[in-house]
Amino acid sequence: MNFSISLTVNGVRREIELDDPRVTLLDLLRERLDLTGTKKGCDRGQCGACTVLVNGRRINSCLALAVSQDGADILTIEGVAHGDQLHPVQAAFIAHDAFQCGFCTPGQVMSGIGLITEGQAGDDPERVREGMSGNLCRCGAYAGITEAVLEAQQTLANSEQRRSA
Amino acid sequence: MMKFDYVRPATIAEAVAAASEKGATYLASGTNLLDLMKGGVCHPSRLVDITRLPGLDRVEYLADGGVRIGTLVRNADLAHDAEFARAFPSVAEALLSGASAQLRNAATVGGNVLQRTRCAYFYDAPSACNKRWPGAGCDARHGENRLHAVLGWSEACIATHPSDFCVSLVALDAVVEIEGKSGRREVALEALHRLPGDTPQRETLLDRGDLIVALRLPAEARGFAAHARYIKVRERTSYAFAVVSAAASLRLEQGVIREARLALGGVAAKPWRAREAEQSLAGVAPDAAGFREAARIALADAKPSGDNAFKIELAERIVVRALTLATAGTPARVPALPGSPFSSGVRHVA
Repeated sequence: MNFSISLTVNGVRREIELDDPRVTLLDLLRERLDLTGTKKGCDRGQCGACTVLVNGRRINSCLALAVSQDGADILTIEGVAHGDQLHPVQAAFIAHDAFQCGFCTPGQVMSGIGLITEGQAGDDPERVREGMSGNLCRCGAYAGITEAVLEAQQTLANSEQRRSA
Repeated sequence: MMKFDYVRPATIAEAVAAASEKGATYLASGTNLLDLMKGGVCHPSRLVDITRLPGLDRVEYLADGGVRIGTLVRNADLAHDAEFARAFPSVAEALLSGASAQLRNAATVGGNVLQRTRCAYFYDAPSACNKRWPGAGCDARHGENRLHAVLGWSEACIATHPSDFCVSLVALDAVVEIEGKSGRREVALEALHRLPGDTPQRETLLDRGDLIVALRLPAEARGFAAHARYIKVRERTSYAFAVVSAAASLRLEQGVIREARLALGGVAAKPWRAREAEQSLAGVAPDAAGFREAARIALADAKPSGDNAFKIELAERIVVRALTLATAGTPARVPALPGSPFSSGVRHVA
């Protein structure tokens, strides 16, 4: 049985035919839409490498059935920069050397964007670390990741302030 | 993952009918179910997707002071609902002490209640497990079992229920609203999960097709808001299941405990309410001697199911710590490390 779903992926509306309901959102993005920036690490919701935003909220795409996301707005790492202009979280990751091998980085960046949007951590390093605990980095770049998320949070808060001033 | 049919009913009645067939199961967010299906532990023939059912994603504050939490409310949304966190702070702390931000954003409260044990032998399809295959035996009983149950276990099963949320809810007399083939009914959350006995495969009193539609907390639960904590020891300070945990809530009047609520997590196949320990605290001053006595009573029936005798003393200490921190007062905001006994400013009294 085929399932027709409609997703908005990085701002583009996509009509998708699924021939099998077993496809996860992660596999749909990687294998069917060629958006391989989102990584498959554990595929069991433990490592966070597959983190994407669904309707603005960060989730593990490996533990979401694509068919159940019908109608959702998906943002992946491919959709966060504006042309050559990096997203502030991406720029802060470079500035703070917040990666080594880079495999976990797309998930870390998406999780950082989600965390800043949630607005619970503010400028508290302990809350940032706690809020990022769903993203593992086997290279151990955690110190840089925390600094990058804190800086990006500040950058985004400042630009928000400028906009509302 | 085995093949399955996927249906997305539009009404609760259609959902119950679709899930009443053999082999069918409900799908909400799927954060636990998909993991189990990928591991070959669960192989439903039909998934009944309830995420589009109307009216189940709301937190309603009731006229009588209670709160009704729709089964599809996401863990993170409930924990960050300011009114909810003010009125039921130990529940918010328990929610935020569990899983990761990504999982809390997806996982529903109904799914949290019905999540399966994290016993490694249950997850490992080649291992003998009486839950997965009644009569097969229990490889955990003489295996790696330092994290297994110390209360209410049986020779057939020593698994624990992994939820933090349920521990805080059971302490506050939460009620579960269930829609089934014969209509709507409700049960105390404390009665929902069963102890294993000889039938560990029967984990709850739900029948086929039964759908949890809401969880309710009574108005009386608000009376503990000033002195309520959820404290959890885990092997990492974040993103780990409880080794042991305790939800402690006190109603203090003029320096005396009028009423205490206490429940433990990580110790049994269900969230464990410690009623006798609560009674020992009523009418006494909140001090270390009384807390130690309550802890002793709470764990009086505990016995190791393997290499886990340490959990009994650890649980006693966590009870004392949770009661001590509850007495000190609910923090204005859930701490940066929710549920952590190692948060700054904590003094150990036991």
